[in-house]
Amino acid sequence: MFQGVINGVSAVAIPLLILAIAGHGWYKKVKVYEVFTEGAKEGFTVAVRIIPFLVAILVAIGSFRASGALDLITDLLSPMTAWIGMPGEVIPMALMRPLSGSGALGIVSELINTYGVDSLIARMAAVMEGSTETTFYILAVYFGSVGVKKTRHALPAALLADLAGIVAAVVVTQMVFG
Amino acid sequence: MINTIWIVLMGGGILVAGFQCLGLDYSSASGLVMNPSFVPLTVLTKGLFDSAKASVNLAMGLIGIMALWLGLMKIAEESGLVKLFARAVRPVMVKLFPEVPPDHPAMGAMVMNIAANMLGLGNAATPLGLKAMQELQSLNKIKDTASNAMATFMALNTSSVTFIPATIIGIRAAANASNPAEIIGPVILATGVSTTVAILAIKTLQKLPKYRMPEPEVEGEEV
Repeated sequence: MFQGVINGVSAVAIPLLILAIAGHGWYKKVKVYEVFTEGAKEGFTVAVRIIPFLVAILVAIGSFRASGALDLITDLLSPMTAWIGMPGEVIPMALMRPLSGSGALGIVSELINTYGVDSLIARMAAVMEGSTETTFYILAVYFGSVGVKKTRHALPAALLADLAGIVAAVVVTQMVFG
Repeated sequence: MINTIWIVLMGGGILVAGFQCLGLDYSSASGLVMNPSFVPLTVLTKGLFDSAKASVNLAMGLIGIMALWLGLMKIAEESGLVKLFARAVRPVMVKLFPEVPPDHPAMGAMVMNIAANMLGLGNAATPLGLKAMQELQSLNKIKDTASNAMATFMALNTSSVTFIPATIIGIRAAANASNPAEIIGPVILATGVSTTVAILAIKTLQKLPKYRMPEPEVEGEEV
């Protein structure tokens, strides 16, 4: 039942959203085709713009993984994460996610390449990627842009939320795909 | 921060591989045995080149999906759907940000930023978020200290209220997942948990003496 509802939401969300956006645009007499292509032009730029970040972080992670260094750290932490149902392979993702968006994206891609996109590990990392954010980056950029230096309770609250998000991602993934 | 992480991953990996080249074996019956070989380093080198190649393949696979989302977002902007959405969530926003007047431009900018986050459009979200911070700063009495509204906005942002995690769906599609979008349901649940915790944490912590907003200094007080 629970799994059915979740799968249903996943299946319906995107087609429905596309229909709603395109339909509403057409109803409002927007030149849907022309406006779409205008926006879509940026897709190429965005994808190409992330290549340097992807190469930098994927190669660094590749070094850490291919050398066996990651196995050492994972072995150290995995007894602690096992009791919430988090496989050791996902630990680097949980560690990287608040620090670097491109880094976390690199780890997800790496896990997909290594274990297959439909494996529990890759799915868990994907849910983690989708449900948490690059806390340190956002705080630095947003507060920095207006010159706020004393961030008060913003960081501790954000880190608590990250921890909750990561644990929730693990538990929900186990419930739905485990 | 990212520089430290990068050098630890890259350098740490190379050092560990180099160490393994010594081939130290502690388990041998005759004590410590050494079997030097260059294999760990050649494996490492191959791994580095494979990773570099994989990152470009990944980005190429993303182009089409990014274009699809950015095109749809443009339609939603032009048709006024984004504005409609802003009006719909206004009651919630007023509750979350009691210090911000409902018709202040800060509200509009925050709603647009949160909407872009919900659709998983990180690149669209950032400019709107920065605009929202500027508007919040205009309401802030002590300019170098985060106001309650700013901290709440940051907590919402970093806990990422997501409905369509577009980027990760794109990556899964590029990797030929049997059902790239199947993670949407779990993501909505997990993000709901983290957002709830974020709001509870921010509203609880802001009452603690340690995090209380200091009184603004009155100018011309010095004798």
